[in-house]
Amino acid sequence: MAFLSDELRSQIESHIPDYPDKRAVTLWALHHVQDALRCVPLPAIREIAEILELHPSEVHDTMSFYGIFRDEKHQLGKDRLWVCRSVSCGLRGGEEILENLCKHYQVTPGGTSEDGKVTVEYAECLGGCEQAPCVLVNDEMFGDMTTESTIEMMDRLK
Amino acid sequence: MAEYEPVLLKRINKPDSASLAGYLADGGYDALKKALAMSPEETTNTVKDAGLRGRGGAGFPCGLKWTFLPKDHPGPIYLCVNADESEPGTFNNRILMEKDPHQLIEGIAIACYAIKSQKAYLYIRYEYGRSYRTLKKALEECYAQGILGDNIFGTGFKLDIVLHRGAGAYICGEETGLIESLEGKRAWPRIKPPFPAIEGLFRKPTIVNNVETLCCVTQILKLGGEWFKSIGVPPNPNNPRDPGSYGPKLYGISGHVNTPCCVELPMGITAGELIERYGGGVWKGRKVKAVIPGGVSMGFLTADELDTPLDFSGPGKKGCLGLGTAAVVVIDDQTRMVDVLYNLARFFSHESCGQCTPCREGTSWMTRILERMRKGQGRREDLDLLIEVAGSMGIIPGTTICGLSDGAAWPIKNAVNKFRDEFESYIESGVSTVTSAQELMQLAH
Repeated sequence: MAFLSDELRSQIESHIPDYPDKRAVTLWALHHVQDALRCVPLPAIREIAEILELHPSEVHDTMSFYGIFRDEKHQLGKDRLWVCRSVSCGLRGGEEILENLCKHYQVTPGGTSEDGKVTVEYAECLGGCEQAPCVLVNDEMFGDMTTESTIEMMDRLK
Repeated sequence: MAEYEPVLLKRINKPDSASLAGYLADGGYDALKKALAMSPEETTNTVKDAGLRGRGGAGFPCGLKWTFLPKDHPGPIYLCVNADESEPGTFNNRILMEKDPHQLIEGIAIACYAIKSQKAYLYIRYEYGRSYRTLKKALEECYAQGILGDNIFGTGFKLDIVLHRGAGAYICGEETGLIESLEGKRAWPRIKPPFPAIEGLFRKPTIVNNVETLCCVTQILKLGGEWFKSIGVPPNPNNPRDPGSYGPKLYGISGHVNTPCCVELPMGITAGELIERYGGGVWKGRKVKAVIPGGVSMGFLTADELDTPLDFSGPGKKGCLGLGTAAVVVIDDQTRMVDVLYNLARFFSHESCGQCTPCREGTSWMTRILERMRKGQGRREDLDLLIEVAGSMGIIPGTTICGLSDGAAWPIKNAVNKFRDEFESYIESGVSTVTSAQELMQLAH
């Protein structure tokens, strides 16, 4: 039986006509799988490879290069919270917010709260420098944050 | 000086700035129609003659780049739009995409017509989810109205634009790293030549252009090359190789200022005027210690160098690498340069793609030397060691494939040279400024 659902397969396959080479769909495939499963497990890598006519090691090689993808041992929580630590946010307290959030959720950076709701990570520049310090929740950026406003926002998502 | 009226950012505060209806009501896509009434060569020449230089960081003349494509190529020819804006301090492309996506799409269509491409890939960094969704909607509107697709405005011109999401890697902003990433591989930059114009995406001739550059293309077709050349800084007559710094530029102002913002101004405003007039001055009543003129790769201007014009040649005259992305980051006089430099070095060691040893190892060692210094264990000779490591990595010495390494090394060399006394007295003091947040980040998994 296939590991990937029919829905995931058709999401992945929908990108194939956009490119002259199926390999170019690799990042899309990894994103779709991780969005649905909160990680990219090994059986998914094998099936992505099958769909895109690649060797699984080629998919794995690409996946491992980009820090955004997680294997099954590092599954993400329901929401992923990135805190920017690069220069403009760093100058305005971004790192301290990260530290406070780690304390609040009782994790080290990269970890997921015990209730499985929030994964806290640091990020390099999120491109929201005029709103520093900023955070990214999944793929939505929010600016002018404090520890308190970030926690409140994450509580509303629960 | 008369107040400059923004052009690229003219529409961003309108309530329906992102909609096709709103764009059309403001004369949108007339520039594309104008181009389609000319030949591709005339379109290319219009952009070339306007003196538009790429806004992504390198400042390469845009129209000239287009002419590097092979003549009479059977195709396909590709345009890659570089929307992987990731240089710390830089955020102007995000504003252009979120607030006025059709200005960009129009520029893409004009560029594709000029270079005879029927397919553009817009490589957008994953973190810009809002930009992605805004552009996706804008593209759907265009297809529904016949502005994209098989027979654009009934002229027979064909164009498809495909959105492609990245996955959080700074190196994808390097044009051949972007191409490798788009092809589904790790984003390892390619050895050049061949340049992408000869062999790029899927081994076909490819042009890679930045978002702001393409928005300028729209406005050049709309308002004319003469308009573009009436703004900014003409070439230095004493330097035959200076193509000038024409046109408007989006400047980002962030860091220790009262009102961080993005502002559109004629090229050549000074760093000091930008900070005072548009950034609202330094926060908390403090003074400037240093200013990053164009993203972290560029190095620093000191408080004595704020009269530097931020055009393509200004920062270089003060020992910076260049104008870069015109992302101005202000550092106040209560901040230690060693702490700022550590932040930058950490960024580059995190983002080095690992392909070239001098960069992979050099960025990591520079970070570790600064780390040791910040633990109060620095040695005087560490400063020379930093400069030695920095001097051995990059395209400039010829040891790496791409310029990430030069961008990592430059602020180190620049800061140690310009602030050497501060570094020396910091080392002698033996104090530690490592924060608990930074220690915590080392436990990341």
